[in-house]
Amino acid sequence: MDRFRMHILICGGTGCKASEADGVKAALRLSIEKNGMSREAQVVTTGCFGFCEQGPIVKVYPDNVFYVHVTEKDADLIVKEHVVKGRPVESLMFHDANDGASISEHRSMPFYQSQVRIALRNCGIIDPEKIDDYIALDGYQALAKVLTEMTPEETTKEIIDSGLRGRGGAGFPTGVKWETTRKAQDDKKYVVCNADEGDPGAFMDRSILEGDPHSVLEAMAIAGYAIGANEGVIYIRAEYPLAVERLNIAISQAEEYGLLGEDILGTGFSFKIRLNLGAGAFVCGEETALLNSIQGTRGEPRVKPPFPAQKGLWDKPTVINNVETYANVCPIINNGAEWFRKTGTDKCPGTKVFALAGKINNVGLVEVPMGIKLSDIVYKIGGGIRNAKKFKSLQTGGPSGGCISTENLDIEITYETLQSVGSMMGSGGMIVMDEDDCMVNIAKYYLDFTLEESCGKCTPCRVGNTRLYEMLDDITKGRGKMEYLDELEQLGEVIKDCSLCGLGQTAPNPVLSTLKYFRDEYEEHILHKRCPAKACKDLLRFFVIPEKCIGCTLCARNCPVSCISGDRKVVHEIDQSRCIKCGECFEKCPKEAIARE
Amino acid sequence: MLQTLQSADGSNDRPTDEFDYASLDRYIDSLTDKRGALIPVLHKAQSLFGYLPVEVQSHIALKLDIPSAKVFGVVTFYSFFTMKKKGEYKVDICLGTACFVRGAQKIADALCRELNIKVGEVSEDGLFSLDALRCVGACGLAPVVSVNGKVYGRVTEDDVKSIVEEQMVKDGERR
Amino acid sequence: MSKIKSLDELKKIREEAKNSTSLRTTGENPDRVVIKVGMATCGIAAGARVVMGALIDEIARLQLENVSVMATGCVGMCYAEPIVEVHTPGRGVIRYGNVSEKLARDIIEKHIVAGELLEDVIVGREA
Repeated sequence: MDRFRMHILICGGTGCKASEADGVKAALRLSIEKNGMSREAQVVTTGCFGFCEQGPIVKVYPDNVFYVHVTEKDADLIVKEHVVKGRPVESLMFHDANDGASISEHRSMPFYQSQVRIALRNCGIIDPEKIDDYIALDGYQALAKVLTEMTPEETTKEIIDSGLRGRGGAGFPTGVKWETTRKAQDDKKYVVCNADEGDPGAFMDRSILEGDPHSVLEAMAIAGYAIGANEGVIYIRAEYPLAVERLNIAISQAEEYGLLGEDILGTGFSFKIRLNLGAGAFVCGEETALLNSIQGTRGEPRVKPPFPAQKGLWDKPTVINNVETYANVCPIINNGAEWFRKTGTDKCPGTKVFALAGKINNVGLVEVPMGIKLSDIVYKIGGGIRNAKKFKSLQTGGPSGGCISTENLDIEITYETLQSVGSMMGSGGMIVMDEDDCMVNIAKYYLDFTLEESCGKCTPCRVGNTRLYEMLDDITKGRGKMEYLDELEQLGEVIKDCSLCGLGQTAPNPVLSTLKYFRDEYEEHILHKRCPAKACKDLLRFFVIPEKCIGCTLCARNCPVSCISGDRKVVHEIDQSRCIKCGECFEKCPKEAIARE
Repeated sequence: MLQTLQSADGSNDRPTDEFDYASLDRYIDSLTDKRGALIPVLHKAQSLFGYLPVEVQSHIALKLDIPSAKVFGVVTFYSFFTMKKKGEYKVDICLGTACFVRGAQKIADALCRELNIKVGEVSEDGLFSLDALRCVGACGLAPVVSVNGKVYGRVTEDDVKSIVEEQMVKDGERR
Repeated sequence: MSKIKSLDELKKIREEAKNSTSLRTTGENPDRVVIKVGMATCGIAAGARVVMGALIDEIARLQLENVSVMATGCVGMCYAEPIVEVHTPGRGVIRYGNVSEKLARDIIEKHIVAGELLEDVIVGREA
């Protein structure tokens, strides 16, 4: 038999690799060989399936059976039962959290049902290290189409008509960017891809680069043709080694095929792409800071205007889009602007990829139509809150975004609606928080992040955010005053108004939004020196409930600072002066005899 | 001058380290366009030497013909570059939001206790260093700790001890 | 790898590459026709492996895009092995018995492509 009758796909994304997917792959290959199926079944590494919570994930075609939490030990079972005998292994299938039923096809999972995959269309289906896989699924057809059938004007118009907006933050219309750059007169222009995905908890760009790198390369070449550039630069985080590796492979394969380089498809159009590694500065996600970083200097933002479309990289007209935006370009060219507009809302056509994480059952990457309700993402796709806890807040937009409370969960997601509730789209991080999360502490966490990442160029951001942080720190440590609340608000507004770049302009959002929706938590910290979520260590006290303590000594033995005294079968006591409030005793006590207040 | 720069960063460069610049120089010479080359060169140098003390920075400045103040400015701006030598086992704790809300701070505290160093420090024997990272993108496995690039997911406070011990055993075998 | 110099060459490569990924894209299609071959011990002993090979080969030769071939377990009619079932969405199941390599190719050409049932060798039907 020369053709494989079965393809076993295993996720090669960072999430699954971290949960030992490589070992599973090796075990599957070994087992296939041992069972004499080498000529019938093939193991393929692919990009992220999005369902990272359940990794490592294995998918078997043609049956389209989806296995979760696969370990090396399971490899033999899958091969012997499913591959050899055609009997899918039920115990490894995904089990519905609500009714416990096993679900074999991923299509039937609630996690996938509400999703529409445009940007992630090839992730989890193709082998990202094989250009042929990409070509088979219409890869490089869009580039061929614009080069042979469309003028640069028509190409730009198609993108304008589609209504595609930048997926990296503020949602500026992509086509308008292209049009401005196309019209700029210069001998040299650049196409830049912003792959400096720095939002903690957002990993959609990484997944696209790891799972479908060619889709970004092809779109950049199309942008180059549209604006009249023949050089592209991908600015990518050095923290994404796997994405860097896959991009390098993809670039060299595309060059070998002549789909990048000189005289592409004999049309006379030339385009080359190189990678530029970032060095760990969040502010470089801001487009002008990113350009400075490519130029080898400190990544400090520039004053706009002039915009990059007029004076960008090396002062030449430059188009900058992020990874997800580029991933939408080829389907638009292939299927037309009208097709793209059928998904999403009128003002925000298409889809958005969100990285759903935090206290949610189904952590993963989801691509949903714009205009879907937040609550649908949390409850239908995300499967609700972990450990049956109570939902408290949804944070979107990372350090630039805000915390959305229950009353706003029914809004339909667009750039505008998120802003109207004090948050923003950002790159698409979505962190779910439950009753155990203290909103003051979360605001402090984000400010700590911004402080560290502020480049220091503007005073409101550098000094103002420091002052905000100090006040929050005081509040979480029981030193807060009620005047702080007004001060936080006022200063926050000043920082928003007076900062030069997006980082400063949005940095106070986590504070302002939590103040607006969770003011009672702030007041509780200040007035009663109490943290309702029991998260602020300095406001907590651990003590032994004498009636419940059986004197088992477990807490004393586990206390890292040995501040618990008491003999066997005698009630123990915690020395408050030495207690570091690590909570170890609270978790270890078999009788729930440690109280936390 | 060098002295001031060092104390500004509070780093503890040991001047005894010897640097073999041959491979770095070959890399720099191979660059056709030196415009904007500083960051790639620093990446290369850090991958060769493990860190970027002032001595190395000065060498790069001379080689690229740019002021060493500019090199220092860039090195200190980007968190990926370090002027301190890291431990043999580089322990990173992810403090991205997804890990944070799933208790990464507790894991960080436990690591500090276990290694007896603070975040950002190197142990006295030079074996371990501990740093905080912002998101490795394995949010499904939160909280996450990585040791020399190997990722440990869903880490609990109890796991911390065994993760550290695993490295000690490895180190013992290696010697 | 050699350079692709024209649109036609790109199309040619796409057609060739499709053969290796069609198994996956077809698997994603909920409306696909599924052909199941009994691959339990008795099926394999009776020659199911050769039958399966012929089915896959024929589908690839005719470039049928909406047909998947899968292995399945024993259906209990060991006397009629190798057994091939054709599952067409909305049109039930047709089960053929004693399938030879030649018959397998006929099933593809007549049943799948032309829509004619091979009445003589049907051993069972389900709605």
